[in-house]
Amino acid sequence: MHNSEEFKIPIGPQHPALKEPESFSVALKGEKILGIEIRLGYNHRGIEKAAEERTYIQDIYLIERICGICSHSHSTAFVQAVEEIAGLELPKRALYIRTLIGELERVHSHLLWLGVAGHEIGFDTLLMYTWRDREIVMDILALLTGNRVNYGINTIGGVRRDISKEQAEEVLKAMDTLEERTKYYIELGLSETTLVKRLSGVGVLTYDDALRLDAVGPTARASGVKRDVRKDDPYAAYGEMDFKVITEKNCDVYGRTLVRLKELMEAYQIIRQCIKNLPEGPVTIKAPRKIPAGEALSRYEAPRGEDVHYVKANGTEKPERVKVRAPTLANVQAVKQMLKDRFLADMPIVIAAIDPCFSCTDRLVSLRQVDSKDKKTMNWQTLREYSIDWHRKQGIDFKKLNQKLKTNV
Amino acid sequence: MFKDLFQILIFPGLTFLVIFSLFAEYFDRKLYARLQNRVGPPWFQPFADILKLLAKEELIPCEANPRMFKLAPLFAFTAAITAFLYIPLWQIKTLFSFNGDVLVVLYLLTIPTLSFFIGGWYSTSLFARIGSVRSMTQLFAYEVPLFMGILSSALLANTWNLKEIALFYSAHPWFWLFNLPGFCIALIALLGKLEKVPFDIPEAETEIVAGSFTEYSGKLFAFLKLTLDIEMVVGAALLAAVFFPFGLQMNPFAGFVLFLLKIIFIVFLLSLLRTVMARLRIDQMIDFCWKYLVPLAFVQILLNLAVKGVILK
Repeated sequence: MHNSEEFKIPIGPQHPALKEPESFSVALKGEKILGIEIRLGYNHRGIEKAAEERTYIQDIYLIERICGICSHSHSTAFVQAVEEIAGLELPKRALYIRTLIGELERVHSHLLWLGVAGHEIGFDTLLMYTWRDREIVMDILALLTGNRVNYGINTIGGVRRDISKEQAEEVLKAMDTLEERTKYYIELGLSETTLVKRLSGVGVLTYDDALRLDAVGPTARASGVKRDVRKDDPYAAYGEMDFKVITEKNCDVYGRTLVRLKELMEAYQIIRQCIKNLPEGPVTIKAPRKIPAGEALSRYEAPRGEDVHYVKANGTEKPERVKVRAPTLANVQAVKQMLKDRFLADMPIVIAAIDPCFSCTDRLVSLRQVDSKDKKTMNWQTLREYSIDWHRKQGIDFKKLNQKLKTNV
Repeated sequence: MFKDLFQILIFPGLTFLVIFSLFAEYFDRKLYARLQNRVGPPWFQPFADILKLLAKEELIPCEANPRMFKLAPLFAFTAAITAFLYIPLWQIKTLFSFNGDVLVVLYLLTIPTLSFFIGGWYSTSLFARIGSVRSMTQLFAYEVPLFMGILSSALLANTWNLKEIALFYSAHPWFWLFNLPGFCIALIALLGKLEKVPFDIPEAETEIVAGSFTEYSGKLFAFLKLTLDIEMVVGAALLAAVFFPFGLQMNPFAGFVLFLLKIIFIVFLLSLLRTVMARLRIDQMIDFCWKYLVPLAFVQILLNLAVKGVILK
């Protein structure tokens, strides 16, 4: 790079801007971004395969651990699919509690995002303030479910814990505090000059591009796409809730910030309605251990966007196939478009603005033999042979050791 | 001879300056933390950080130029300390006074930035190089308003000698109030020099890791950190000497305390500014400096010329 103006810098897999390993290779000319290569797949954990090996009940807890932030979204989406196959009619109270926890999760996720966004543009004060406020909702979640992160409240056929009157009052009290604080952040977001300067006009994704690239969640809504599973295809108790789908016409990171902030205000309203209209009755019904054969697709509006789970049952107590499409996978394509002709300084905030959760995203890995003619998918045997070959070329050979071990045995 | 050595190495030179600047760092960090609703570090944290870094192994990238890589922090450190010796401390007399010393201090304060550039450039890391280029780009933006702001005060006093500036303002007690716009300009430009939010673009953590300092570790990094702290104190001291030249005729002890308070007050303003703002982009930073700070500095100079022509005639 001594003589050329153009060079490539690696953002990731290890980089302070990213909270999870993911690779963005950026071609730069001075400060300007010429091109960007995104490579996913550093976090593949084989969760789908593991889910096929476990029973439905075990799977709820496994699926919940797909994401550390929207854990309730994933477990609800999975449980909904299973319930649909089994043909279970859930008690109203269970649906309300699911909605309540789902919205509390949205509150903590959006507050977390706001802090991360502040940190990415060097506004650490915002990070400290929002994360302080996030503790309030985390405490509420711990009070209701017993856990701060992986709530473990869902089960097939309902929820595992009821909500008492005292707990409901605590929730309402916390909502008042949070609403007041959020109003302050909205005011701050509208008036703080450096904040507006850093966010507006950055990472533009037009309405058409948002549709073409299939953006979901706040990313799409900030581009004016009125798309929200809670309204379009109501699940849980959302059909009975009164709330607005927030959209903005800014199409930039600033719009995405506003959408999330205003969604917080809507979330407080939904939580209040949940508590107010909480119907009496049981919180769970008995579900069969073996789920009859069938398949179902379940959609859930996670804080980051639409989360899709597909479950195929074969009549045993283990699912035949589970497929998860996390919202980040839908949004990450848009990042390339957003960073066109932008500056390196915009890169962290633009990536952060889709609220990425890479470990949720990394699902399926399909290996293709690039050097062979038909580029067919590698199976386990060929992959193993390839690996042994590769290591041999690096000078690592276990042939002798293997023979030695064999003679010893 | 012995007295000179004492002044350079012990007081008010190296030892005093290092201790005081570490204290200033503590003050800055604690205040920053309290403003953000955090507890903040204990008083010995900056000392502990430096001691820890001094004990650590230093790694030099194999592609780096080892001589330049090692020399850059030392240059920066020495220049920052030297600059302090010319600033009048708590009385009207300075240790080493000559005509034009205010310019020398300003130029000495430019050397650390240049050293950071050289150190970052020769460490051959991509992040360090981008950081280095950014710090140079930034230098061209804040240096002019900083010089204009500080020299406008000197212009009013009709001298480029810090001692005579102090003398002038002692003779005309309330004249320093005319320079308050200049003080604001210099304070903002100083944020750029110290690479603090909103102008911490050269070491923007989320973009380029630690900018020029990415490859530095151990003792060398300790010197760089110390340099930044000392630069903050020297910058604040220069601003205090030029813009707040009052209370210099008191007895030495009271004057000394007042001088330290002035420095701490400026550090307080710096922390406050970095708490309430987000980091700008480099193009926005340059726009801001040339579009707003420089014209304002011109207005300040015109004002001072008018004061000189009308009131002092």
